[in-house]
Amino acid sequence: MSSSVLCVGIGNEFRGDDAVGLIAARMLQARQLPGLRVIEQSGEGAALMAAWGGAAAVFLVDAVSSGAAPGTIYRLDAGFSPIPAEFFHYSTHAFSVAEAVEMARALDELPPRLVIYGIEGANFDLGISLSPAVEAVLPALVEQMAAEILYS
Amino acid sequence: MNTRTIKVDYLARVEGEGGLHVKVKNDRVVDVKLKIFEPPRFFEAFLRGRSFTEAPDITARICGICPVAYQMSSVHAMERALGVTVGGQLRELRRLLYCGEWIESHVLHAYMLHTPDFLGYPDAIQMAKVYPEVVKNGLLLKKIGNEIVTLVGGREIHPINVRVGGFYKVPNKRQLLELGEKLTLARKLAEDMVRFTAGLPFPEFEQDYEFVALRHPNEYPYNEGRLVSNKGVDIDISDYENTFAEEHVAHSTALHSVIKGKGSYFVGPLARFNLNFDKLPTDIQALAHEVGAKPPVLNPFKSIVVRSLETLYACHEALRIIEAYEMPEQPVVDVRPRAGTGWGCTEAPRGILYHRYTLDANGLILDAKIIPPTSQNQKTIENDLWHFVERAADLPDDRLTWQCEQAVRNYDPCISCSVHFLKVNIERE
Repeated sequence: MSSSVLCVGIGNEFRGDDAVGLIAARMLQARQLPGLRVIEQSGEGAALMAAWGGAAAVFLVDAVSSGAAPGTIYRLDAGFSPIPAEFFHYSTHAFSVAEAVEMARALDELPPRLVIYGIEGANFDLGISLSPAVEAVLPALVEQMAAEILYS
Repeated sequence: MNTRTIKVDYLARVEGEGGLHVKVKNDRVVDVKLKIFEPPRFFEAFLRGRSFTEAPDITARICGICPVAYQMSSVHAMERALGVTVGGQLRELRRLLYCGEWIESHVLHAYMLHTPDFLGYPDAIQMAKVYPEVVKNGLLLKKIGNEIVTLVGGREIHPINVRVGGFYKVPNKRQLLELGEKLTLARKLAEDMVRFTAGLPFPEFEQDYEFVALRHPNEYPYNEGRLVSNKGVDIDISDYENTFAEEHVAHSTALHSVIKGKGSYFVGPLARFNLNFDKLPTDIQALAHEVGAKPPVLNPFKSIVVRSLETLYACHEALRIIEAYEMPEQPVVDVRPRAGTGWGCTEAPRGILYHRYTLDANGLILDAKIIPPTSQNQKTIENDLWHFVERAADLPDDRLTWQCEQAVRNYDPCISCSVHFLKVNIERE
């Protein structure tokens, strides 16, 4: 594993399933994977670009709202194709995760590896509990991410 | 009969959710609605029964872009209610924190959200392919703003270090001096930003506005001062609700603010600049003159230049504070609960943010009132669109829609704050 591997959990703790990225990041942190740095962010794009600067491999984890079944796990490799802006629907930031990734691509500043894990949420209302379908996939998600990070 | 409707269902490049509907009948505008449909957020109601100490952290959650403004207005209101004055280096640190938020917010808006309108790009990503250095400089400048907020505020998003009476922890001189080195670069980047934005093409559009901003005898306003206007308002902030009123309108979940007996008014960078130009350092005044931003600036499209000048000011002010800084012995002054009412009004990046709280003898909040800048500008934004569309009615729909969105973005509306994306809808008959 490269010495500069970064995991960024993204979300809002107080907006239902939007917290799933933060919770997944904390679970990864608890595993103490060698060389992995874990941080949390709100999803504001410019801050995100600043945070991943210099990292060799970056794993983002965030809730998504694509209309799929709640708990669906997506894995997108930003090196391969553009990230659809509407994917991260639940951000009220004008310059958000998808924009940050595409801005970095336009400026030729994408990290050498950038992988995005998205978890389909069901409920983004004010509140601090995850939907059962989202809660249920967390262990498998963290397992999948840990495995990929260990072999990165 | 020729009716056109210009409709933007979700306005892009603004913070939060809103839309715009403009109806044109025989080239005359007959209706303009800035629609805000973000759900109401009930912050004022759930502050009731909480301790005065909780207001800065609870209200900071209203906005991810201007949390410092919420913290500052709330602590000033509480301190006034409790008869506490925070001075010296603690006051200076509050100004420094505000400098960080102005840099972050102004740079994000000017470079990422508004400049693409002037240069004809659908977004900053497309613009970055042609102007990569401009965008990189913007991102670097914003990052330095983030670093100020991180150091003084405790973290970059939703800072947690502000409390009634001061801070939980204060930085040492060495930490600030490290920031100072970066701010010298930021100052240079901000000067470039002023020259770049001043060279953008501006639509001819000036209106006779009533500008409202804080005014302080010795400084360009952040935290304190009297509320003044170019048309006669000059009040202590405790008179805010005697002078201004909020009105409910059916198409918005945010209330519209007016000056009682008069109507709409204008808050934000243009208002501050026009009312406080003499408080800017002389070199920034000279640069403003050099780039043609001579007060009063009455063209709201030029707010992007003023936002850049204010970014430069924030870098200048942050450097001044850092150079003179001496770490205070205590991070906070003594604060004791008592019954009373307090008012706070500070200059958020988008304009004045008013808070009022009434406390009981134990310091529990009995009543809270929060009036964010975007709801104060809503009526002025609608008036601008009314006049602007009438002048530009011969444009094809796509072009007109573009310019309407640009006109809304002049105000850097934070719809998240005003309750919380913007859709434009132009209807022609």
